[in-house]
Amino acid sequence: MSAVVSLTNVHKRFGAVKVLNGVSFEVGRGEVAAVIGQSGSGKSTALRCINALERIEEGTIEVCGHAVHDPKLDRRALRRDVGIVFQSYNLFPHLTAEQNIMLAPMCVKSLSKADARTLAQDVLARVGLAEKADHYPEQLSGGQQQRVAIARSLAMQPKLMLFDEVTSALDPQLTGEVLKVMEDLARGGMTMILVTHEMSFARKVATKVVYMHRGTVWETGPGAMLDDPQTPELRKFVGGEM
Amino acid sequence: MPTFTIVHLEYLSWAALWTIGLSAIAFLGGGLLGFAMALARISPNRWVRNAAAVYIQIIQGTPLLILLFLIYFGVAILGFNRVPAILAAGVGLTIYASGFLAEIWRGCIESVPKTQWEAAECLAMTRWQRMTRVILPQAVKIATPSTVGFMVQIVKNTSLASVVGFIELSQAGKVINNSIFEPFKIFVIVAIFYFAICFPLSTWSRSLERKLNVGRR
Repeated sequence: MSAVVSLTNVHKRFGAVKVLNGVSFEVGRGEVAAVIGQSGSGKSTALRCINALERIEEGTIEVCGHAVHDPKLDRRALRRDVGIVFQSYNLFPHLTAEQNIMLAPMCVKSLSKADARTLAQDVLARVGLAEKADHYPEQLSGGQQQRVAIARSLAMQPKLMLFDEVTSALDPQLTGEVLKVMEDLARGGMTMILVTHEMSFARKVATKVVYMHRGTVWETGPGAMLDDPQTPELRKFVGGEM
Repeated sequence: MPTFTIVHLEYLSWAALWTIGLSAIAFLGGGLLGFAMALARISPNRWVRNAAAVYIQIIQGTPLLILLFLIYFGVAILGFNRVPAILAAGVGLTIYASGFLAEIWRGCIESVPKTQWEAAECLAMTRWQRMTRVILPQAVKIATPSTVGFMVQIVKNTSLASVVGFIELSQAGKVINNSIFEPFKIFVIVAIFYFAICFPLSTWSRSLERKLNVGRR
C-alpha cells in the first residue's frame, strides 16, 4: 500500500515545551486513521503539522508527494491536496453556506460562478444540507455548520481529509449527524486522518488507530486494538473513556 | 452698527462648502494612504512593517497645527514661493488622517479571528485572496463606527486650516465677527453648521451598520 501520509521522527516544541517527541506513523490510500490520546498528548499538533500549519524542528513529513518539512514547500500546492476541518468550524460569517463553498473553487481553481454553484449544490447534498444553501452560518446549528465546513473542504476535491476534533463542540445528537457524514466519506474511499475523542466511532470506522501519549506514538494498530490494549496507558485511557 | 444679515449667512454657507470639500479631500486622500499604511503595518516583510510603524508614530505624535505649518512653510523653503492654502491644508489633513486611519484599520483587520486566515489558507487561497475575499469584508463591518467617528473628527479639525490662510467655516465666523462684533450669535450659528455636517455622518454610520448586519445578527 502506498503511503499518502508518512511522518518520520517528527519533533516540535512550543517554546520550552516539547509537544512532539519523535512521532512516526503512516497512513495509506483509502485508510481512515483515528489519532487518539489525552489532551496535551500532541495529537492536534501532529495533525496541524501534516497541513504545514505548524513548522517542525526535526524529522520528515511526506503528504501526497509533498515534502512538508522542506522550508521551500509550496504550501498552496499542498493545500490543494489536503482538506482540513476544524473544531470551531471556521466558516466565513459574511457568506452564505453556498458562498462559503463556492469561494475557494472560484479563487483557486478558476471555476465559473455557475459551475461553482453546481458544485456547491452537489457537496451540500452529500452532507444532507441542500436546502440550507442560502443560510448564513449564524442561522445554522453547530452540527449543520460543521457539515457545511466539511462540504467546503470536499468541494476542493482533496486527496486527504484531516479532521481536528470536529465533534468536540457539539452535543451528542449533533455529533451523530456529523459522524454520519464522515462515515459516508470513509465508505466512499476518502483517505482520512481524524483526531477524535469518539472511541466508538474510531472502533467502527477507523482502519488504523494511533494512540499518542506524551508527544509520541505509544501504540498503533487496527480499530480492534482498542478492545485489546497492549500498554497500561492505553488500557487506562480506553477504560476512562468508556 | 451692522448686524447679522442674510449676506453673512450666505458667506458662512460658502465657507461650509469649503469645510466639506476640505474634509472630503482629507478623507479620500487619508483613506487611500491610510489603507496602504494599514496593509504595510501587517505586511509579512519586517522592513515594510517597521517603516509603516515609524510613519504612523511620527504623524500621531505631531500636532495637526504643526503639521500644517511644516507643510505651508516647509514647501516655501523648498523654493516654491506661495503654496495655495487649499493645497497646504489638503496635504496636511491627508497626511494627518492617514496616520490615524491606518492604525484604526489595522486594528480592525487584526480583530478578525486568526482562524479565519487559517481556514482560507487551508483552502489554498493566496494571501491577496484571503485578504480581499475573507478578511476585509469582515473588517469593514468592524471598522464602520470608528471610521465615521474619525470622519467627524476630520470635519472639526479642518478649522485648523485657517492658520495657513484657508477660509473655512470657523475662519469665516471670525471674519464676520471682526466686522459686526456679535461673537455669541455668530459662533452659535457656526456651531449649528458643524452639527448639520456631522450629524448626518453619524446617522449614515448607523444605517450602514444595520445594512452590513444583514443575515447575521
